[in-house]
Amino acid sequence: MADAASPYLGTVPKPADIGVARKALDQGSLQSVPVAMKDIIVTADGRKSTAASKMLAPYGSPYDATVVRKMLKAGAEVVGKTNLDEFAMGASTENSALGKTVNPWDPERVPGGSSGGSAAAVASRSVPVALGTDTGGSVRQPAAFCGVVGLKPTYGRVSRYGLIAMASSLDQAGTFTTTVADAATVLGTIAGPDPLDATSVDREVPDYRKALTGDVKGLTVGIPKEYFEVEGGVQLEIGEAIEQAKGDLRKAGAKVVDVSLPHTKYAVSVYYLVMPAEASSNLARYDGIRYGHSVERDADWQGSLEDVYFQSRAQGFGPEVQRRIMLGTYALSAGYYDAYYKKAMQVRTLVTRDFEQAFEKVDLLLTPTTPTTAFKFEEKADDPLAMYLADIFTVPASLAGLPAVSVPAGFDKQNLPIGLQLIGKHWGEATVLRAAHAYEQRHDWHTKEPPR
Amino acid sequence: MEIDRQAVEKVARLARLALSDDDVAANQRQLSKILEYIDQLNEVDTKGVPPTAQVTGTVNALADDEVRNERRDELPIDAPATDGGSIKVKGVFDG
Repeated sequence: MADAASPYLGTVPKPADIGVARKALDQGSLQSVPVAMKDIIVTADGRKSTAASKMLAPYGSPYDATVVRKMLKAGAEVVGKTNLDEFAMGASTENSALGKTVNPWDPERVPGGSSGGSAAAVASRSVPVALGTDTGGSVRQPAAFCGVVGLKPTYGRVSRYGLIAMASSLDQAGTFTTTVADAATVLGTIAGPDPLDATSVDREVPDYRKALTGDVKGLTVGIPKEYFEVEGGVQLEIGEAIEQAKGDLRKAGAKVVDVSLPHTKYAVSVYYLVMPAEASSNLARYDGIRYGHSVERDADWQGSLEDVYFQSRAQGFGPEVQRRIMLGTYALSAGYYDAYYKKAMQVRTLVTRDFEQAFEKVDLLLTPTTPTTAFKFEEKADDPLAMYLADIFTVPASLAGLPAVSVPAGFDKQNLPIGLQLIGKHWGEATVLRAAHAYEQRHDWHTKEPPR
Repeated sequence: MEIDRQAVEKVARLARLALSDDDVAANQRQLSKILEYIDQLNEVDTKGVPPTAQVTGTVNALADDEVRNERRDELPIDAPATDGGSIKVKGVFDG
């Protein structure tokens, strides 16, 4: 069992020799670089692949995810599996059935989620690189809360093969690193088409490190006004960080303009129909028959086939997973499909069109990653809707399948990290990384380490 | 939208989840609150708007229908009930 409050599930890796890894990374290499994998990414290395669920607690995968295979081929070493919200459902990692992970900057606060363990592992300098998955913000939001760089590529840029599925039209693998240059290196390693994922797309993978010119000359950056009009507002210091970033990007050569994404306020509603609908369908596979938790593993248990399904699933899934299965099943059920699921998919089109129209005028969008810095444990645990609204700035880009990065943008008065988000056009990771890097180079926030 | 107890029980049955009375009550309360928030979508005029199911424009990603592993005995079986190389399932009818 992992230490209390560790970023890891299972064995905690020995402290990495960051110096050696740093040398490789500075040259754009992953040779001998220790990497942690969110435990929803399957590995065939003898470690469990649990999705932080009782349902898969004893499960070992017979194969490596494509992202794992590619990282290993590039010379990286997988040193641990990190904690997450069960099946990536959550924004605080509190929904893990298998362990607790704290925010390295303040142990009374959550690391964010669902990839909270990967974010905390990189923030605490346990490893220089970790992979996660982002369905509605699960890489970017914990990256912001933990003060590291979190990149979600365009949907289809990176293979989903071996990512335990949550919502298949939204799931995407992403990276956690301390610098934008490292994110460029890792993305270049894991990107590209995969015959084992029919939704991965065969497009040229540019040399992302070459895109990091240190300036943003010729780029126009849009600020969507609706992101500052959300219910509950944006924490003061985060608003100030955005203002300062606008100045930084102007100084680095960009034009900064206001834009409008009028359907922003509906994105969370769309997301919490589309995602549970897909998740309820994906998680139907956990039936207590083929693998995972099953009442039938208890030799004394007796019951019918239906009892196997009903009881194995009720025991194996935690409350949030069951809630989303219920919500998704409801939205897809006869009589509600048009009112909920179809309606959500139509508004998804409008959210996507908002972005398309904005990208006729701008190359990138600059927004806060989160409305607040890291919140305390239990603060939102009893209120699912409040937890869902923690995703409010990350969900729209997910619905549209756009690439986006969260970069460290300073600290609030309580010394908690602030993240800002840059969203790019489809396949525009090079531009996203270029701007993120130019911004990063004007500050030393990414070099700050949490107190030990 | 308020969701009633019967609806929660029906959905739980569709989802193959055995819910206790407390679970049903909690689901009723929480799902009602979430659906009430989601009802804001009714403000949006979606007449004539096509639904989005995927975002990258991929059409008919095809692959050759090839067997990649013919060794059935290499497939790991982690089922709770097995019989030789097969997974054993309780009877579907009056099992």
